[in-house]
Amino acid sequence: MQKFTRVDGVAAPMPMINIDTDRIIPARFLKTIKRTGLGKNLFNDIRYTPDGREIADFVLNKGPYRKAEIIVAGRNFGCGSSREHAPWALLDFGIRCVIAEDFADIFYNNSFKNGILLIKLPAAVVAKLMDDAEKGSNARLTVDLEKQEITRPNGETVKFDIDPFRKHCLLNGLDDIGLTLQKDAKIKGYEATASSQTPWLVPPH
Amino acid sequence: MATAKTLYDKIWDSHVIDVQDDGTALIFIDRHIIHEITSAQAFDGLREAKRTVRHPELHILVPDHNVPTANRDKEIENEESRLQIDVLKQNAIAFKLPYIELNDVRQGIVHVIGPEQGFTLPGLTLVCGDSHTATHGALGALAFGIGTSEVEHVLATQTLIQRPSKNMRITVDGALPRGLTPKDLILAIIAKIGTAGGTGCVIEYAGKAIEDMSIEGRMTVCNMTIEAGARAGLVAPDQKTFDYIKGRPMAPKGALWEQAVAFWKTLPSDAGARYDKEVTLAVSAIEPQVSWGTSPQDVLPILANVPNPADIADEAQRRSVERALHYMGLKAGQRLTDIHVNKVFIGSCTNSRIEDMRAAAAVAKGRKVASSVYAMVVPGSGLVKHQAEAEGLDRIFKEAGFDWREPGCSMCIAMNGDMLQPGERSASTSNRNFEGRQGPGGRTHLVSPAMAAAAAIDGHLTDVRKFL
Ligand code: SF4
Repeated sequence: MQKFTRVDGVAAPMPMINIDTDRIIPARFLKTIKRTGLGKNLFNDIRYTPDGREIADFVLNKGPYRKAEIIVAGRNFGCGSSREHAPWALLDFGIRCVIAEDFADIFYNNSFKNGILLIKLPAAVVAKLMDDAEKGSNARLTVDLEKQEITRPNGETVKFDIDPFRKHCLLNGLDDIGLTLQKDAKIKGYEATASSQTPWLVPPH
Repeated sequence: MATAKTLYDKIWDSHVIDVQDDGTALIFIDRHIIHEITSAQAFDGLREAKRTVRHPELHILVPDHNVPTANRDKEIENEESRLQIDVLKQNAIAFKLPYIELNDVRQGIVHVIGPEQGFTLPGLTLVCGDSHTATHGALGALAFGIGTSEVEHVLATQTLIQRPSKNMRITVDGALPRGLTPKDLILAIIAKIGTAGGTGCVIEYAGKAIEDMSIEGRMTVCNMTIEAGARAGLVAPDQKTFDYIKGRPMAPKGALWEQAVAFWKTLPSDAGARYDKEVTLAVSAIEPQVSWGTSPQDVLPILANVPNPADIADEAQRRSVERALHYMGLKAGQRLTDIHVNKVFIGSCTNSRIEDMRAAAAVAKGRKVASSVYAMVVPGSGLVKHQAEAEGLDRIFKEAGFDWREPGCSMCIAMNGDMLQPGERSASTSNRNFEGRQGPGGRTHLVSPAMAAAAAIDGHLTDVRKFL
């Protein structure tokens, strides 16, 4: 997994609420057996016309936002399906951080596992950052995970909370499976107890 | 006395292997179902890291999302679909995992076949790379959707890293009125609590309406729990649950069965257990429900009118309603029963079990699909299809002009070629009406199987009660 320490980049404003995973990457693009290459279809149906031309109005089709690394979004971003293709598509496009009032559960988990930082902030703070994002290339945000701090274009800083374990994994690019396998003795202990107490569930390992 | 626990607490506590200081837990996963869309990258990950599958017997692989619903004897035309299904099979062989073939009678939608095979049992943890895994909670299992990284994690370790959820209880009092189905109930619940109403929670459904409900109906309710933002849905196991499971191929047998039932009886929430959130609903006032917009909370009784944005004070809300009406091609304030449909889809893990087939057939019987409508019925599994055919339901559908198809996800997610064309409108028994869900530019109205059949006959959204 890619590490996340600090991102200094253009933030794209997406004030819509309930941006679901079907909108982030429509289902017909899930026929891939790879993780990469989905960036060109990120937000496909609101980014292109049915015959494949760019929709000029859509934020990621506008000048500096083509290189956006951050999205500032409306409430409940990432609701809908559990597809990890949504964070893969964001990442493949170059998005490393999404800021919103809240996120859907599964999407939240999936994003961290792919090195994308999701930041939850109160509505009033998101509104300020949304205003910053509207300013395009004149308004870069700096997100510093170590310090848990966002620096606005006017120099003001905003603190954010993050679960210490997620922070640790993201800063070090740690793979969950490796971490879990260090607990093999505990897993074996669990399996032994479970296979005697609920033998219809867990066969002996 | 030990503190009173909820059903969720009991399942959670009995699966915790390790807890870190910050509350993050490592939990054991008893069952895992795998399909073709969210798994290839996970198996690649295993190969790259030279890892093996810890408990091959605790997984089932089955193709469903991308499978054609006709001409199963021929090779799959779409190259990408064929490749995904082939890769699934190759992975099953390479890692020696139980696999159900496309042409096996047991093939079907992941969330239909788990309970059907007795793979899903009360009190266990079950996951699948699909958000509607919540369905399995109808049997009292803690079941939730996961992403591909987590699929890989479960394969390699039979565990997941999770944080505990909050407890929420929705109590549904009273008996479902005539013409009302579990689908109407769950749509009404989502309309009431909203798509973020259950965020961070596991929702336990309780009350007379749930106790009276069949296991199939409970699956419909739990299935759409995810649409209310919750992690999982649960119903306490009872005698109906045990009767449903008994004798299924993968259910425990003999002495193990007795032992399992005794254990399952200890699972229901203790009296006095505490819930972080409680909602109570009186079911007697609910009417058949239909969605009008592009979020599953955009739901109204069939006899209502489409909302008028001018009546909405909150700006973000108003804009979101305006956008939904524009996408759906609807006029503010128009009557729902004036909305004409082009296609009708009866299927999906929400509503493709035998009871759903029966409910739709009861409406279709002796009637004809409107000439302006194409209507399809897609059973949830080969076994549901067989059962329906044994009961003669396929003939009822065909005589009425419905297309009777092979099992799979089909037009719920529109990956297999069954889809809406831009601007087309469906009455659909599936679970999501997001923009483009059933095809780019497609417009979806979520309804119950009986309401879908009624819409097919009238050619527009309609109140099924007149047909009953
Ligand atoms: S029927 Fe629809 S919701 Fe259910 S598993 Fe298939 S795609 Fe997902």
